[in-house]
Amino acid sequence: MSHAITDSMTMIGRSIRLGRRNVDTLIMSIVLPLLMMALFVYVFGGAINTGTGYINYVVPGIILLCTGYGAAATAMSVADDMTSGMIDRLRSMPIRSFAVLTGHVTASLARNALSTTIVVGAAIAMGFRPSASLSEWVAVAGLLLLYVLALSWLAAGLGAVAKSVESASALSFFMLFLPYLSSAFVPTNTMPSFLRGVSEHQPITPVIETVRGLLTGTPIGDQGWIATAWSVGLLLASFVLATALYRRRVND
Amino acid sequence: MIVEATGLRKAYGSTAVLDGIDLEVAEGSVFALLGPNGAGKTTTIRILSTLTRPDGGQLRVAGFDVVREPAKVRGVISLTGQYAAVDAEQTGRENLVMVGRLMHLGRSAAKVRAAELLERFDLVAAGDRRVKTYSGGMQRRLDLAMSLVAAPKVIFLDEPTTGLDPASRTTMWDAIRDLVRTGTTIFLTTQYLEEADRLADRIMVLDRGKVAAHGTADDLKARVGGDRLDLRFTSAAALDAATALLGGFSDHERLVLSVPSDGTATHLHTVLDDLRAAAVVPAQVSSHRPTLDDVFLALTAREGVPA
Repeated sequence: MSHAITDSMTMIGRSIRLGRRNVDTLIMSIVLPLLMMALFVYVFGGAINTGTGYINYVVPGIILLCTGYGAAATAMSVADDMTSGMIDRLRSMPIRSFAVLTGHVTASLARNALSTTIVVGAAIAMGFRPSASLSEWVAVAGLLLLYVLALSWLAAGLGAVAKSVESASALSFFMLFLPYLSSAFVPTNTMPSFLRGVSEHQPITPVIETVRGLLTGTPIGDQGWIATAWSVGLLLASFVLATALYRRRVND
Repeated sequence: MIVEATGLRKAYGSTAVLDGIDLEVAEGSVFALLGPNGAGKTTTIRILSTLTRPDGGQLRVAGFDVVREPAKVRGVISLTGQYAAVDAEQTGRENLVMVGRLMHLGRSAAKVRAAELLERFDLVAAGDRRVKTYSGGMQRRLDLAMSLVAAPKVIFLDEPTTGLDPASRTTMWDAIRDLVRTGTTIFLTTQYLEEADRLADRIMVLDRGKVAAHGTADDLKARVGGDRLDLRFTSAAALDAATALLGGFSDHERLVLSVPSDGTATHLHTVLDDLRAAAVVPAQVSSHRPTLDDVFLALTAREGVPA
């Protein structure tokens, strides 16, 4: 058991070190969301009526967009290990090679925590004025961590099944796309009815509504419970899926 | 025998990749699996190093059953695959320390071991640089060093020098010979006949999933015949006269007569004396030992393709 923990710690340290040094990934998961936020706030925002300053509306959406980029990067890192010789080296050693996924998922959490902090800081500089109390901030952090953990395990599973780094990137495309079909950038009641059905029944909308409510005081209603249920369900399903896909990949 | 396989079989779909392989490797020796692409070399090494499950056969490594006790086998082997398994964004030292930690050395023991291995593989100056700045030869050396962190009993090397320039190949061969001196057993695959000839105590030639031949390099060479003398003449008349006198195989295009030889100086003297007596003196004489290339071509010749 203690070996399982030190193995995981070693792989977590490795993934964080690799993530920190991979400039492309860092740019993709931090600079890109910042650019998107500037784009939405300064270019599109003026034309979108949300009943509040657009920056107050859009920040939760940008944070969720960030998690999508982070997850795509995780899928690519896992695919890189699965398609290079690294996985063979790890599997021929007397360790639990599954620790390689644990390492990437934990690094994904760390990277997302950093990018989210930077996005929130930049948003405040751009005029975002959250009204959240300390306990509401803690609730936001908790929900986001849970959601990012679920998404990261899903990404790790996709990375384990992908035949190449490029196909891992393609497989994770929907994670980047999902926020646009949610209440991230425009209220769902402005969408045509068939899209509204999609956007109101996917996990990102309740997570965004909950984060928005906690940060800026908009009504949350039962979205908080729905968001938590989605995140916990997604986490369990993703973990089981990632484990199964990893096993299938390595037992050829 | 530290590695033993009997009746090893593996198929992917209806294609038999390994069709009943038997092999034995003595402790402390170098065993080379030689064959063209697609012969089943990599599959054999992946099965013996617990990465791929065989369809059939008895397999033991260091006394452990490869299929039933994979964790115990992993504890005494290491694998260096065809593609360097190193992290390009970590330094050489970080890569080595990482493996040390995974092999459950303590933090400081892992650092000490990393420093030793950097020294041994001539990577001290590059130790704190990221691996992406390394040459191909340096990456392979680091890859091999990472396989040695825990002092394994058996090292599996899958095509250790494929794609390396001649200088890096020689350095890699030296590193492998050093390992043998410490008593480590080496199981390698290669497509290079010269590599098997230089490194291996025993060679097994694999072709389309079957054993085509096995033995020492000399055994294999003996199978395609002994030495020969090549005598080059300056005219077809001289070549014909010499052929009438000595027999052998004459090549009229190159004006060369090849005669079987036992490789001794006495035989060479006899041949030259006979030729001088008949007044047909060759312009050039050369002696040839059969190379593993001859063996390889003779053993793995495809039907319809002349060897």
